[in-house]
Amino acid sequence: MKPAIFEYFAPTTLDETLELLHEHGDEAKILAGGQSLMPLMNLRLARPKIIVDINRLSGLDGIALTGEGDLVIGALARHRAVEKSALVRGQNPLLASAMPLIGHFQIRNRGTMGGSLVHADPAAELPALAVLLGCEFSLARKGGVRIVPAVDFFLGYTATVIEPEELLTEIRFPSWRSGAVWAIDEIARRKGDFALVGVALSAELDAAANIQDVAIVVFGVGGKPQRIKSADSILKGRRVDQGVLRELGQAVAKELEPDSDIHASAEYRKEVGGVLARRVLQSALSRLENRVIH
Amino acid sequence: MSDKQTIKVIVNGRAYERLVEVRMTLADFIRQELDLTGTHLGCEHGVCGACTVLFNGEAVRSCLMLAVQADGAELYTVEGLAEGDQLHPLQRAFQDKHALQCGFCTPGFLMTARAFLEEKPLPTREEVRDAISGNICRCTGYQPIVDAILQAAGDLGGAKGRRK
Repeated sequence: MKPAIFEYFAPTTLDETLELLHEHGDEAKILAGGQSLMPLMNLRLARPKIIVDINRLSGLDGIALTGEGDLVIGALARHRAVEKSALVRGQNPLLASAMPLIGHFQIRNRGTMGGSLVHADPAAELPALAVLLGCEFSLARKGGVRIVPAVDFFLGYTATVIEPEELLTEIRFPSWRSGAVWAIDEIARRKGDFALVGVALSAELDAAANIQDVAIVVFGVGGKPQRIKSADSILKGRRVDQGVLRELGQAVAKELEPDSDIHASAEYRKEVGGVLARRVLQSALSRLENRVIH
Repeated sequence: MSDKQTIKVIVNGRAYERLVEVRMTLADFIRQELDLTGTHLGCEHGVCGACTVLFNGEAVRSCLMLAVQADGAELYTVEGLAEGDQLHPLQRAFQDKHALQCGFCTPGFLMTARAFLEEKPLPTREEVRDAISGNICRCTGYQPIVDAILQAAGDLGGAKGRRK
């Protein structure tokens, strides 16, 4: 038997789930898609005393648009459902284009939005996107809900502000700004594996193609998604040419302080972070050119 | 709550009911409780894809699910592909194209390909490569596997109505 012994609960309502979490506190572990927790349990790196399996809950897997144009995705929405959603493609093209980068399709069939965010692997795409796009998370507990912005949610390597008795129920993506250009790219040893380094970018340009607003987040280079602070000062008000790209690449490489591990050295990650930042900016701008031509 | 639960599943069209430990993975359940040992276990942490089965029609890694989570579900394993002595077009194509040597990874590739072709009956070579990126083969090499899946796609195209 691979996992260590645990007690198993499969509640069918949110109230029941929150009651269980309230009662068992940090002895309980939530099992959502299981694509990160099950490996940890199979290797016995995690030995939770109690498993609260939320897969039998209904109503937590919705993908909907609010009156204000925000995209609200239930924590139990499977990656694959988000990937295939026409609503997501239309309302948040960056999220749509990032989904195929998450694991392999067999993983995405089970993996959930909430699971990826709460697991908070620093090399994962969704935490980085949530920070880039300014998402808000609804954290429910017995008797209440609190809303936490993504930027305050992630603390460090697989650590977040979520309390043991809380359940992430939904993720709110602010309405997509029409005209925004975007791109996400990553380097992994095998397609679908965790990124050694990844970069996501969104930007807005004026009519003369000068950058008005830009945000860049790098993942896989530290404990949590890292926003590039110098992006604004380098890019704002400028039209992108080879010189600007070079400047950006150097600034990103300089700003990153990644760790070395068996997968890649810190120097490699810095270098690749800079290269990817250049690439995503170019790729984002090519979208604009395509749009003008069409 | 007890550490054992009774679950009912339908595997390859046949109904089973078993009392299982809640910590048993779906992969171990399929192999040890149902004696369907065609589903192979490689890494047991979701990297190799050898244990891929169809869970309510979708390809999943059976090592990353608990058996109790499959209660009420319909599963397909590699044993469900052939009809009697008649190999499934995917199996035939794997044979034709020499897409296996030791065969350890083959069940995972077959079930992955089956789910993939269901969704994308006429894939490009690049799409096939993407679809099998989550399955590891350590001896054949991937080219014959890609060839086989493309051949099966062609074969299945003509027999769409009869597909399981």
